[in-house]
Amino acid sequence: MKKPVEFKNHQREIFHFRLRLVVSMIFVLALLALLILRLLYLQGIRHSYYQTLAESNRISVVPIVPNRGLILDRNGVELARNYSGYTLEINLNKVKNLEATIDELSSVIEIAPRDRKRFKKLVAESHNFETLVIRSKLTDEEIARFAAQQYRFPGVEINARLFRDYPMSDKAAHLVGYIGRINETDLDQLEADDTLANYRGSDYMGKTGLEKSYESELHGTTGMEQVEVDSAGRAVRMLSRTPPVSGNTIVLSIDAKLQEIAEEAFGDYRGALVAIDPNNGEVLAFISKPGYDPSLFIDGIDSDSWDELNNSPDHPLNNRALRGQYPSGSTIKPFMALAGLNYNIRTPTHTISDPGFYTLSGSSHRYRDWKKDGHGTVDLFKSIVVSCDTYYYGLAVELGIDNIFEFLSRFGFGKKTGIDLEGEASGLLPSQEWKLKRFKQKWFTGDTVSVGIGQGYSLVTPMQLAYATATLANNGVAHTPHLVKEIRSAQAKDNRVIANQPLADLKINPEHLDLVKRAMAAVTQPGGTAVAASAGAEYHIAGKTGTAQVVGMKQGEKYDASKISERNRDHAWFIAFAPAEQPKIALVVLAENGGHGGGTAAPIARKVFDYYLLGKVPKPLVTADVKEEPEHD
Amino acid sequence: MTRRQFWVLITKQIDRPFLLGISLLMLTSLITLYSADNANWGKPSSQMLNILVAMSAMWVVANLPLHYLMRTAVPIYMLGMVLLIGVALFGEISHGARRWLNLGVATIQPSELMKIGVPLMMAWYFEKHEATLTLKNYVIAALLLILPVLLIARQPDLGTALLISASGFYVLFLAGLSWRIMAVMGVAALASAPVLWSMMHDYQRHRIMMLFDPSQDALGKGYHTIQGMIAVGSGGIIGKGYLNGTQTHLDFLPERTTDFIFAVYSEEFGLIGNLILLTMYCFVIWRGFVITGNASTYFTRLMAGSITLTFATYTFVNMGMVSGILPVVGVPLPLISYGGTSMLTLLLGFGMLMSIETHKKLVKT
Repeated sequence: MKKPVEFKNHQREIFHFRLRLVVSMIFVLALLALLILRLLYLQGIRHSYYQTLAESNRISVVPIVPNRGLILDRNGVELARNYSGYTLEINLNKVKNLEATIDELSSVIEIAPRDRKRFKKLVAESHNFETLVIRSKLTDEEIARFAAQQYRFPGVEINARLFRDYPMSDKAAHLVGYIGRINETDLDQLEADDTLANYRGSDYMGKTGLEKSYESELHGTTGMEQVEVDSAGRAVRMLSRTPPVSGNTIVLSIDAKLQEIAEEAFGDYRGALVAIDPNNGEVLAFISKPGYDPSLFIDGIDSDSWDELNNSPDHPLNNRALRGQYPSGSTIKPFMALAGLNYNIRTPTHTISDPGFYTLSGSSHRYRDWKKDGHGTVDLFKSIVVSCDTYYYGLAVELGIDNIFEFLSRFGFGKKTGIDLEGEASGLLPSQEWKLKRFKQKWFTGDTVSVGIGQGYSLVTPMQLAYATATLANNGVAHTPHLVKEIRSAQAKDNRVIANQPLADLKINPEHLDLVKRAMAAVTQPGGTAVAASAGAEYHIAGKTGTAQVVGMKQGEKYDASKISERNRDHAWFIAFAPAEQPKIALVVLAENGGHGGGTAAPIARKVFDYYLLGKVPKPLVTADVKEEPEHD
Repeated sequence: MTRRQFWVLITKQIDRPFLLGISLLMLTSLITLYSADNANWGKPSSQMLNILVAMSAMWVVANLPLHYLMRTAVPIYMLGMVLLIGVALFGEISHGARRWLNLGVATIQPSELMKIGVPLMMAWYFEKHEATLTLKNYVIAALLLILPVLLIARQPDLGTALLISASGFYVLFLAGLSWRIMAVMGVAALASAPVLWSMMHDYQRHRIMMLFDPSQDALGKGYHTIQGMIAVGSGGIIGKGYLNGTQTHLDFLPERTTDFIFAVYSEEFGLIGNLILLTMYCFVIWRGFVITGNASTYFTRLMAGSITLTFATYTFVNMGMVSGILPVVGVPLPLISYGGTSMLTLLLGFGMLMSIETHKKLVKT
């Protein structure tokens, strides 16, 4: 427009305009090309990526928790079962003022202070916002009352759930254990084990006992439902369903009735009892007294109950049978006797003269016998029957710690028995090597003396002693003790029976075994230390008593039970098997602070034998009223 | 009058190729809306009503001789400005923006009116000064554009402000604004970007930021873009099939009957469907360019060009926004998105295009 007008203005103008129109078209084509490229990228190149995103948008996988397997005794009695019940639950997402809601709720349904405390703890522990149980086991009446008032409580709901129930409660708590809510630590462990996926949707898992040891069998396989969800997460329809597989039922070798009789036979005593079928290693009874109510732990224990259990001087949470470590006392003597025979240190006819004490050559220190004046002339048979200490002091010294260690190791001392229950302690069988490592000191001969009577450094668990006793009863053929006999799958198609294969034959000379077993049978006969055990019995019991010192005594001091506070009294041991000639059951009884094995522990064993061998149920369970024979060990 | 004569009378001012193009697009709108409304007739039937009303308006405008059209420019523009100022002073606030004016009988959005009003006024102004165009005239025309744009941007309605700016700019461009000045303006625009940024509302900045990385705020501001891209991308080459779009039918797509309807269409009909859709748009735009090229007067050339280019721009901006190459600015897909106002505005513009095409011979003589 700056140039002088030469051509027809109108045509020039049209030309310029059309030029600009062409530029506009090119501009539009450029936009079009850009758009097509973008669509090619999204719908062509990146299609599968967005396809996946769209799928994960719309498909949600909902886990279906499997039913937990049952735990049955050898006769099918339920030790752990499931029952459906109703719970009152609060959805933390929907409830603003928790305190006020619970206050108001308690006017409709009774909420005990301990429920409240437990719930608070659950809230503190719950990592994501979820629905938590405030009351379980609602009665029909409570459900009806709440249903009428439900409109007042948005976010509070009643749900039907499967609960775990332990019918034997505290009588089998240490055996069966319990399940509890899965916590952070459990989650880490599950992740490490690569089983976390199977726990999607699961709230509980085994925490102790068989519930824990057999968790992988009991839990089952989580099923899932693929559902299509809308953007609000509501399920619109089901796409596919993989049903859950219920956990396997485990059948124990335990006899529930025997367990109950044994538990009650303890009366007020604390202690442990393990009974084993020596022919195959099946555990028939497994008791740690006192027990506790395992159901307290399932939904998180309230702090009051926890304090009560944890601070109790009786330590009910301690599994004495599996983890309690005590000096074996004289119960070690039959095994020491076998060692002496095995290494030719003693012959059956060899005798010693017992003045009531033992001294090492070149020392004036007196290792006292429990009988002040001694037992006179003692051979191996008599040493077991009267439980002569002096005999075993000398024997131990002559054997030497290395031989003792080697021989007792064969019977499982100082090692875990390998029972199928988690958390077993291994006891302590001292050796030169051990002492050097533990105390940086060499082994002295004096250390060996007390080992001979099961004192000193050595410690055993009731479980170990039961295993050794069973092995002895079975003529040296050892079986790994086990609680589970059979695992039944929900489909009943791949049931597994746990094999009873012997672990090892210790190759003990049959003559030696015969002698020791005869001596043990004499222990329960007049003149023995456990006469009370077999009074009037229709079968023979072979056994050995023991006492484990709780407090040491000074040289020359005399043990007087009446002067010592109850908790410092000696622990009473009794190992036994019956019938002595053809053992069907071997057991160990520990009565804490029970004093003499023959007086307190042996009568408990007797009740177990009577039921197991004869089917005799003790009449109103009265505590054994046996006169204490003086100073019996 | 025979039936045939009546038909000729009715349709003589209607451009048939153009009518064919927009009818196909409106049919697509009804089909897609049925799916977007979860196989309900609710949205498609009210859209049908919108179409009928807008078609009638288009017919009326198409029948107006061009000098009537020119005469409406100043009153429409002035009315629009008065309403915009009214909105600024007494407008109703909804979703944090003051865009609507309650007139007692109806609530209106004056910025919609200005989509036609601004280019109309500018084209009228250039026509007026056609013989003696100087730089001053361009400046005044630019002011006619900038004033309403600023008012609209303040509401804030950035999308509409930018689109009206675009339609005004097309008028300036077609009116022969020198390349040099445009280059200077381009540089100035780049230089003023930081200033504009500082003037923007937080939500506007957020939307622009989301363009670069929508995943930053996947459940908030980026949600629209991400779900839109998932819908488009998961459609693939042949699409998931009509009424089978999971993003659409499971409620993941927001605003799926309005701004994000392209995602619904893309998900169900795929790349092939998109190419067909783009072909329909190109046909309409091509016809618009033909009409522009044939237009007889300065005013009609500018007006037709601006209407055509604005239509193309709307289409590109909406599709670009849904497919994630432009920020979410709230622009409907022309002729497809549900909505009476935008349909009316569009068809009023197309009525003008038709009038320009069918009345050109009368003017030429």
